[in-house]
Amino acid sequence: MALRVLKRLGILLGSLLVSSVIVFAFMAVLPGDPARVALGVNASESAVAQVREQFGLDRPLVVQYADWVQGMATFDLGTSYVSRAPIGPQVADRFLVTLWLVATAMVVAVVIAIPVGTLMAVRHRTVSGVVLSAISQVGVAVPAFLAGILLITVFAVKLGWLPANGWTPPAEDPVMFLEQLVLPAISLGLVQGAVLTRYVRSAVLDVLREDYLRTARAKGLRPGQALRRHGLRNAAVPVVTVLGLQLATLLIGAVVVERVFVIPGLGSLLLDSVSNRDLIVVQDVVMILVVAVLLVNFLVDLLYVVIDPRLRAGDA
Amino acid sequence: MTKVKYHTRKPSTVVVATTAASLLLAACSAGSGPGTGSDGGEGSATSDEQLVVGLVAEPANLDFTTTDGAAIPQALLYNVYENLVEVDQGGEIVPALAESWEVSEDRTTYTFQLVEGATFSNGEEFTAEDAKFSIEQVQQDWTISLKAAMDVVESVQAVSPTELEVTLKQPSNDWLYRMTTRIGAMFDEQGVQDLANDPVGTGPYDVSERVRGDSLTLSRNDDYWGEAPYFESVTLKYFKDPTALNNALLSDTIDVIGTVQSPESLDQFESNDEYQVIEGTTNGEVVLSMNNESGPMANEQVRQAVRQAIDHQALVDTCWAGRGELIGSMVPPTDPWYEDLTDTYPYDPDAARDLLEQSGEASETIRLRLPSLPYATSCGTVVKSQLEEVGFTVELDQLEFPAAWLSTVFTNADYDMSIVAHVEPRDMGAVFGDPDYYTKYGTQEFQDLLAQADQGSVEEQVELTQDAAQLLSEDAAADWLFLLPNLIVAEADITGLPENAISESFDVTELGRES
Repeated sequence: MALRVLKRLGILLGSLLVSSVIVFAFMAVLPGDPARVALGVNASESAVAQVREQFGLDRPLVVQYADWVQGMATFDLGTSYVSRAPIGPQVADRFLVTLWLVATAMVVAVVIAIPVGTLMAVRHRTVSGVVLSAISQVGVAVPAFLAGILLITVFAVKLGWLPANGWTPPAEDPVMFLEQLVLPAISLGLVQGAVLTRYVRSAVLDVLREDYLRTARAKGLRPGQALRRHGLRNAAVPVVTVLGLQLATLLIGAVVVERVFVIPGLGSLLLDSVSNRDLIVVQDVVMILVVAVLLVNFLVDLLYVVIDPRLRAGDA
Repeated sequence: MTKVKYHTRKPSTVVVATTAASLLLAACSAGSGPGTGSDGGEGSATSDEQLVVGLVAEPANLDFTTTDGAAIPQALLYNVYENLVEVDQGGEIVPALAESWEVSEDRTTYTFQLVEGATFSNGEEFTAEDAKFSIEQVQQDWTISLKAAMDVVESVQAVSPTELEVTLKQPSNDWLYRMTTRIGAMFDEQGVQDLANDPVGTGPYDVSERVRGDSLTLSRNDDYWGEAPYFESVTLKYFKDPTALNNALLSDTIDVIGTVQSPESLDQFESNDEYQVIEGTTNGEVVLSMNNESGPMANEQVRQAVRQAIDHQALVDTCWAGRGELIGSMVPPTDPWYEDLTDTYPYDPDAARDLLEQSGEASETIRLRLPSLPYATSCGTVVKSQLEEVGFTVELDQLEFPAAWLSTVFTNADYDMSIVAHVEPRDMGAVFGDPDYYTKYGTQEFQDLLAQADQGSVEEQVELTQDAAQLLSEDAAADWLFLLPNLIVAEADITGLPENAISESFDVTELGRES
């Protein structure tokens, strides 16, 4: 068990190091001088040079890299040369917004996927199972931003039930917060829910064929009882894996959905910073996303052990 | 003695506002919002209402002394910062923090009488010392290149707390006009420590909240020296996506679309009584810029051929939904020296074909390098197809704006043609007067004309600037596709919206709501 955790931790650290180099290298090869972009069309050459010096953009890349990694490790993200404001609090605010969105979307996905997927598996030979299956296929094919645009058109513009876009922090106005969260969370969660449904279905189908379930039935449990008591926990292992992977997809999907719904989250910060060539912020945000995804995978690995006692004894 | 004296007060718009509806609103928001002394009940032209305006370009920070771009002055000028003089809807220079001014006979000394009782939002009083500080700060500390307009100032003297004397090195008609733009904004010496985040001005509004990536909220400055604006607060909300901006108005999240970016979407508002659509002009010339120095466009005949090959009306109809006036040179209709020059090179594909053949450059491939902006990409394809019809070979590529376009086209001039809107007011000299600028034009004759216009009398200024605009057009230093329209959509009862966007500011101080 301890060895397993250590091994995973080693992989985590190694991946972090490699990805930090890749992220930094990508930023370095982007066309366009960040200092020039920060100051705009009419800035004088000397002003551009001054900014380049002030923010250390004239130093060797290796030094800039070391400086950046050190900053990230100590949670000191520095000051943006575009907004002239500390990056840390800005990123923290945005991350919180994205977290709300992703978490709600995840809940939407799970709430849809588990009952529907299970139902599809149980009824896989019946008409209703096939129909559900077909609907979920369509769901998989629809990108989140398209779902968002359709939802806005129907529920905000035509029916006027919910705001078309915007964001209000929950502390400021909880009702508004919820109203504005509904559509983006659904558009992000719906698609993920459709994908997840497919996995739940096949996981439950696999479990249904297992011997222990037949044994449970033989003991006198009804099919539903047998599935609930013995089946779902076993079906959960592959589903949790997919959930972990989906969390990564959700974070990326949030970038687009935030744009459609004008939400000031990490995604819109990332897009703005890319076009402003606010490279420090871009690096930081991308790296934070990478860390988040790697951490989730790490936690999922650990979670297997909790779900599946067989893995506790053995040494995977 | 030809002393010119101006003496008018800032034009006041009296908005009779308070009806049952706005009283009701005031009552509803009384619990949550900070109520001000001047509530709507006494028939004054103010209300507790909040206005939300949707705009497109968000300021990266709030310091226009070192950060370029139109977004910062659009939000702050005239609203948070005030100038000695401002420009009104008719293009006239009108008093603001200076209640009057006199110009000496040799036109090098300006004496301003300043208003009394104006204070900055940090509580400091506005005096001639502040005006002196502001002007000198432009010369010393500003880094944006627009500051060059202040180079002509020789000395500034605070004669008394309310009298300011500015001496110029030589007469300059342009200088007073530039004082209405961002470089004329008045700062307090104690208020410039953190311009990027905490602007301090004398204006009717103060920045009260800023949510990066989302909005900027201006709240009424209760100690304002002049007439209080109608709205208690104005939130400028920024949208990257034109459709999201339209949807926000349609679903009541915002009250006004300050700059419409998708003119083809206007129909849905024009056919709806709940909204008003305002269409006027701006200072944004959409220029088909050409590299006058190297490559095929250095050949004047090629440039002339381009101008004759383009059917401008068809182009505007296709790529900007027919909104936007045609201009034949670098002058918008709101400038005093505007002349219709659209006939300098009228659309004539046959003539264009001949010119291209005579030039000997017909076999060259022209690189049309576009910034990734809506008007540029949609007009770029039309330009390409129109040019290819008369025998040009055009290679179109798109560069991410601002970064990639700035470094490739703007800084390195590695292009033959591009499309970009130059939005600064009176920017003919800035865009074409400098041979090192990316247009690589700046002929001596053109520079001389502009210099003489700047130093001459008011009549000479008009005449000589007209000559310069004609020269520019005849030399085909570029082609002017059209003038970006000022397109505003608002709820039908909003008043005081500007027909033409003339200044650098999106002036929210004049806005009100009809009873």
